[in-house]
Amino acid sequence: MSEIQEGFQCDILDTMDLVSERPDLLKDVIMHYCPGCGHSVVNRLIMEVIQELGIVERTIGVAPVGCAVFCYNYMDIDMQEAAHGRATAVATGIKRVLPDRIVFTYQGDGDLAAIGTGETIHTINRGENIVMVFINNGIYGMTGGQMAPTTLPGSVTSTTPEGRDIFQHGNALDIAKLIALLPGAYYVTRQAVNSAKGVRKTKKALMQGFKNQINGLGGVSFIEVVSNCPAGWKMTPLESNELLQNHIFNHYPLGDLKVPPKPAANKEKKAGEKI
Amino acid sequence: MGNKVLMKGNEALAEAAIRAGIKGYFGYPITPQSEILEYMSIHLAPRGGVFLQAESEIAAINMVYGAAAAGVPVMTSTSSPGYSLMQEGVSYIACAELPCLLVNVVRGGPGLGTIQPSQCDYFQAVKGGGHGDYHLIVLAPNSVQEMSDFVYLGLDLADKYKNPVLILADGALGQMMEPVSFPDYQAHEHRADHSDWAARGRENNRPQHIITTLHIQPEEMEAVNIRLQNKYNDISLKEPRFEALKTEDADILIVAFGLTSRIAHKTVELARAEGIKVGLFRPITLYPFPYRHLEKISESIESILVTELNAGQMIEDVRLAVEGKVPIQFYGRLGGMIPTPEEILEKIRSMKQESRQKELI
Repeated sequence: MSEIQEGFQCDILDTMDLVSERPDLLKDVIMHYCPGCGHSVVNRLIMEVIQELGIVERTIGVAPVGCAVFCYNYMDIDMQEAAHGRATAVATGIKRVLPDRIVFTYQGDGDLAAIGTGETIHTINRGENIVMVFINNGIYGMTGGQMAPTTLPGSVTSTTPEGRDIFQHGNALDIAKLIALLPGAYYVTRQAVNSAKGVRKTKKALMQGFKNQINGLGGVSFIEVVSNCPAGWKMTPLESNELLQNHIFNHYPLGDLKVPPKPAANKEKKAGEKI
Repeated sequence: MGNKVLMKGNEALAEAAIRAGIKGYFGYPITPQSEILEYMSIHLAPRGGVFLQAESEIAAINMVYGAAAAGVPVMTSTSSPGYSLMQEGVSYIACAELPCLLVNVVRGGPGLGTIQPSQCDYFQAVKGGGHGDYHLIVLAPNSVQEMSDFVYLGLDLADKYKNPVLILADGALGQMMEPVSFPDYQAHEHRADHSDWAARGRENNRPQHIITTLHIQPEEMEAVNIRLQNKYNDISLKEPRFEALKTEDADILIVAFGLTSRIAHKTVELARAEGIKVGLFRPITLYPFPYRHLEKISESIESILVTELNAGQMIEDVRLAVEGKVPIQFYGRLGGMIPTPEEILEKIRSMKQESRQKELI
């Protein structure tokens, strides 16, 4: 830890050492996210992807209610703040009237998998051509650490002080698994940003999702990021990353849940057949 | 005006919306307004708009929120229980100051209620509905022709004030057929561009547009509220609309809106045939309510009868208008029941009788 703290104060002395630069689309402001939280990394990755794809002129993001409610303060793109759970309905409205635009939602587990489950399922079932970014940290961070739909059994939260008891509080909801079953889901993947390798893979997944939309490939690209919440979990960032690795990934295994079908060789469409 | 065609109120409203330049319709089936949804599903896409049946009224209003934020002319329609579900979204749209058209074809409540016509959602429409200090511009048609006309008016007002506009109809107006003609209205001359604020991508590298209703600092939230209240004051000065019928020599004034005003119109004729001088005041904008105009007319009135298809909701605004200077009585039918002109006439007769007795004393 001491090395990191010392290094934190250092400027980059030699531009040759510069590995990664803040993308212009990520505003140069102090974020409200807690130290060590995965949100800030994902915010940045999305901006990198939009910048690299050159789609800022036609991209609209939809912010949720939850920890990412202020993400438009960091993402320098057109954004709309939705009511709790309604981000995908808002995104549907935008995408339907402006089909040439690139639309994405950025939602947490409470937003996407509890209060907004209906909107989530039906947006995906309609196969809206949008990107959904899902930050799953198994807790309501913004309101002070209450149980989320994705909270694992046994986990202590401010509303499950004895730990989540599945007979009283229900089971942890693996929404990505559910979503992958829907025909309208084009690409479903689960990633994490608790390691450098994970960050690179998450960026690749985001890039894939946005490319799917740009290419007009039908259906939702759903990128789940299993994230930490050091403040809500009441532990250090390092401990929270270890918990991800040693416990949480066992319940939410990383990797692709649904990949786009490979283009069939010369499969001719029948007359009148709908895509 | 073009030739007259015979249409249902719901269909006339939907046709007018397409002619007025609506480019997005999001809705969910509910009686007695499903004809709007069905009409849109057939006619909107071939004429350049987008129709989508949502999974709920909650989703529908949030689709409207998204499309309106993109600066696109957009609408939804529903009936009472569905409109209750939309209230969260309506509050967001009002706070974000987005133009759009909402339609509530009211049915009897509370609860699941009945599918018969009612005016029991007056308070919800006029006094709030969702959370927070906001107002919609509320228009109350009383004919199939006005179901059409108020769509154009509503969209013009929505654009002018960047405010959601609600057409408050009822099941009878939605279902009944009457001749209607559609005006020569060039939608492209009316619909605003909104590119100065709409969130539709940072075209030409312009600064970011944010559509939000979150203002976490109370000073900022208060400033937003003050801006909204200034707008509402402006609207209440410039936009009250009403109709006054035979009020010049009237002793008794009936105040009624929407469907009830048509029934009361007949009552006025019946009463005058018996020599009772009755007039009719009909608010067309329920918000802004035409307080000053009603107050002025009531100066020469002996008494007022408010009649509504509810337990007495608009009567509160009538009381505010006349400030206790004129005695007010009420006659209402509830739960989807509609009074006949004769029923209201009976009430008028008893009011006349009372005033004669007072004169004798």
